[in-house]
Amino acid sequence: MNKLASLVSGIIFGIGLVVSEMINPAKVLGFLDLFGSWDPSLAFVMIGALVVSSPMFHLIKNNKKPLFAEKFDYSNNKNINTKLIIGSVLFGAGWGLGGLCPGPAISSIALLNVYSIAFVLSMFVGFYLVKVLNFTATK
Amino acid sequence: MNIINFTPVPAFTGGVIIGLAVVVFFLLNGRLIGISGIASNVLTEKNNRFDNFLFLLGLIIGPILYTVFTNQQINVTISNSYILLIIAGLLVGLGTRISGGCTSGHGISGIGRFSLRSIIATITFMIVGIITVFIKNLI
Repeated sequence: MNKLASLVSGIIFGIGLVVSEMINPAKVLGFLDLFGSWDPSLAFVMIGALVVSSPMFHLIKNNKKPLFAEKFDYSNNKNINTKLIIGSVLFGAGWGLGGLCPGPAISSIALLNVYSIAFVLSMFVGFYLVKVLNFTATK
Repeated sequence: MNIINFTPVPAFTGGVIIGLAVVVFFLLNGRLIGISGIASNVLTEKNNRFDNFLFLLGLIIGPILYTVFTNQQINVTISNSYILLIIAGLLVGLGTRISGGCTSGHGISGIGRFSLRSIIATITFMIVGIITVFIKNLI
């Protein structure tokens, strides 16, 4: 059942990216173009997501366990360090350059867009490099 | 600054759907959605590999189902060169793994559980994204 739940969660998330138009890098770049022609839509996506997920998270985390898994498993990392800042700076620069972040980039593979496929392959190279260099903030 | 292309209603609605995906995944599987983490772990971690793979598959199936059921075309505009997208992809891959999260992991799941490090990460990558777009527009 947890396999089905993973698939369904991904599908719902992917539909959310389409409805919110965040799958379109032009919309994301419009949000980041604060000093030019600004499109505030992305802020409303985050608000919509948080209005639902935040209260539900705080309710559900008090359950004994998730329905299809043995225990809750999420990061409680509180370290605010240079890796957090360096990583966020690199991510912000890449996000501003391409207008793509991991979710929309992977979702847009559905459209067989060669540009987003090139982006995703390159992103996986980045994931792999951080793993082999053991430079992640999460471990 | 002038405001253009602002679509608050689809943005908020899509955001709510994304929030719902976070709730479903947490309630059923006990994990919080962070797409850079899920994608990276498919590549580098054995633990939960098939679950993570199915989630990514769902991300790609979501837009396809949307098109099939609504008959609406999905608009994706990418106006960058390959070389720029490959650099952007690499930066996003490195940055999200070094900082331990992206727009979903820090921006939604992290902020939703009131994590200070996620709030700092989100503010950082947004500011750097805005600066990047500002500089890009000057060149």
